[in-house]
Amino acid sequence: MSLTQAGKGDMPYQVRSLYRSLLRQGHQFAAYNVREYAKRRTRDAFREHNNETDDRKIQDLMQKGLKELQMMKRQTVISQFFQLDRLVVEGGKTGKQKGGEGDIARVRETQG
Amino acid sequence: MSYIAPRVARHALRIGSRRFAPRAISNCNGRRSYVSETKPSSATVNIEAAIKADQKAFLSETGKRPQDATMSTTGMNAETMMSPSAGILKQATILDGGSRPIYLDMQATTPMDPRVLDSMLPFMTSLYGNPHSRTHAYGWETEKAVEDARAHIASLIGADPKEIIFTSGATESNNMSIKGVTRFFKRSGSKKNHIITSQIEHKCVLESCRHLQDEGFQVTYLPVQNNGLIDMAQLEAAIRPETAIVSIMTVNNEIGVIQPIDEIGKLCRSKKVFFHTDAAQAVGKIPMDVNKSNIDLMSISGHKIYGPKGIGACYVRRRPRVRLDPIISGGGQERGLRSGTLAPPLAVGMGEAARICKEEMEYDSKRITTLSNRLVEGLLALEHTTLNGDRERHYPGCVNVSFAYVEGESLLMALKDIALSSGSACTSASLEPSYVLRALGSSDESAHSSIRFGIGRFTTEQEIDYVLKAVKDRVTFLRELSPLWELVQEGIDLNTIEWSQH
Repeated sequence: MSLTQAGKGDMPYQVRSLYRSLLRQGHQFAAYNVREYAKRRTRDAFREHNNETDDRKIQDLMQKGLKELQMMKRQTVISQFFQLDRLVVEGGKTGKQKGGEGDIARVRETQG
Repeated sequence: MSYIAPRVARHALRIGSRRFAPRAISNCNGRRSYVSETKPSSATVNIEAAIKADQKAFLSETGKRPQDATMSTTGMNAETMMSPSAGILKQATILDGGSRPIYLDMQATTPMDPRVLDSMLPFMTSLYGNPHSRTHAYGWETEKAVEDARAHIASLIGADPKEIIFTSGATESNNMSIKGVTRFFKRSGSKKNHIITSQIEHKCVLESCRHLQDEGFQVTYLPVQNNGLIDMAQLEAAIRPETAIVSIMTVNNEIGVIQPIDEIGKLCRSKKVFFHTDAAQAVGKIPMDVNKSNIDLMSISGHKIYGPKGIGACYVRRRPRVRLDPIISGGGQERGLRSGTLAPPLAVGMGEAARICKEEMEYDSKRITTLSNRLVEGLLALEHTTLNGDRERHYPGCVNVSFAYVEGESLLMALKDIALSSGSACTSASLEPSYVLRALGSSDESAHSSIRFGIGRFTTEQEIDYVLKAVKDRVTFLRELSPLWELVQEGIDLNTIEWSQH
């Protein structure tokens, strides 16, 4: 990772720290789709600029990342106020499994 | 004896239907009635209660709880077998924990991006000024935000911020453009009284044209080819000296074909006809440039680009100037074309949505294309399925597939765990086949059996895989039920069968 060669004090540490905070914060989104998007977008954005060497550019990207982190801190809280039932795809990973492994549970009727 | 029962029933029905007619009452007098009224409560079956009763009976009969007992016939447990949807969901994906359907109807509307909501919130709480107030700071701050939003939208389509008019949505923008241009020509005493549009436009364009027809304008509804694209030669032939406006949508909302707007724009400019395009499904998803495509009027919707509902925009070209007769008169806001106080939170949200769309377009479209290819390949791997619309000139986020020998509505019912639609949201209440697919030359059956899948920014691979599996299972199940499918499997061509009527 060329960011480590950028010099500039503890910049690589800051970048990694921001990456971790963004991922951790993104995990707090209540809605499955947004949560997955936050994870995916953070990872892809950091990968895209993996080989960035220009100090100025790195500074700009860091600023952008910090702004996104602020936004995520606010929006994750809001999203948790309005939690809905989980999506049908979520079950296997995060939802509680009802009954034994591999059997079929009944779909509850959705409203409306 | 066998014919008496139906006669009695028919008679009873006749009496019932004429309950309020005086003659019927006199007929009833003194006669014994064999039909007693059913209470509405006893006519409906409470599914939950019925299942509970079933389970109780099972427990008392076998001494086992239904979920512990395995049925010898199917190998499923008894609890599953008692469910009304058990048959359909047989061998379906494991459903546990969640029960909310997957959202796969991105053409109807898109979820709002959290970044958009974040930009809107200040304008719903502390920044509440009227953007048209010029005398105090409250007005100035909101005005600045609204103008920034306008600039973001303008830069997304390569226009000047002054050419963007905020409206309540793409429907209003379409109405404003088509009615505005034609009525302005009529009012200024011009001879131009002809409109050209296509048969696969959105309802709001078609209805506006129909309304203008009643006002004395002439309208040409261009047919489309089998792949959903309009024929340029036909369009050129349809343009007359008195043609005022051509309105062709950029991306179709049902089949996702991208019309050749560059060529249409060039043709319209050369013939000095205004070109309006309904780009609600295109802006923010495919690159658009109003100057490159010679577009004079364009409709944009906020909630199709991950923005808030209730706002849209209309691009109205200034050079060469497009003159409109405004539908709404009032305080002269928005260059006098759309009076009424703007909604700053909505405008700011739409501006932010446009900014994000521009920034993320490359990333999003790459991802949507990948997911779409995965979905299309999976669906077309099933037998007797066809993709509607042109394969090449196609927006990948809209996949419309026909499943032959399956009723579209029953498939939608079977796919209750996926939010899908068989056509546009406006017509989803009726069971009529889609007029768009009919215009493409599809048969009634094929139009009836079509389903539209919409993929967006927040769709995940897991969801696509789930959908593929669910569709595959349930299409197979529904086809097994169908007598037509049996005939097809036996190799009988359905068109050769002469159906007798009883």
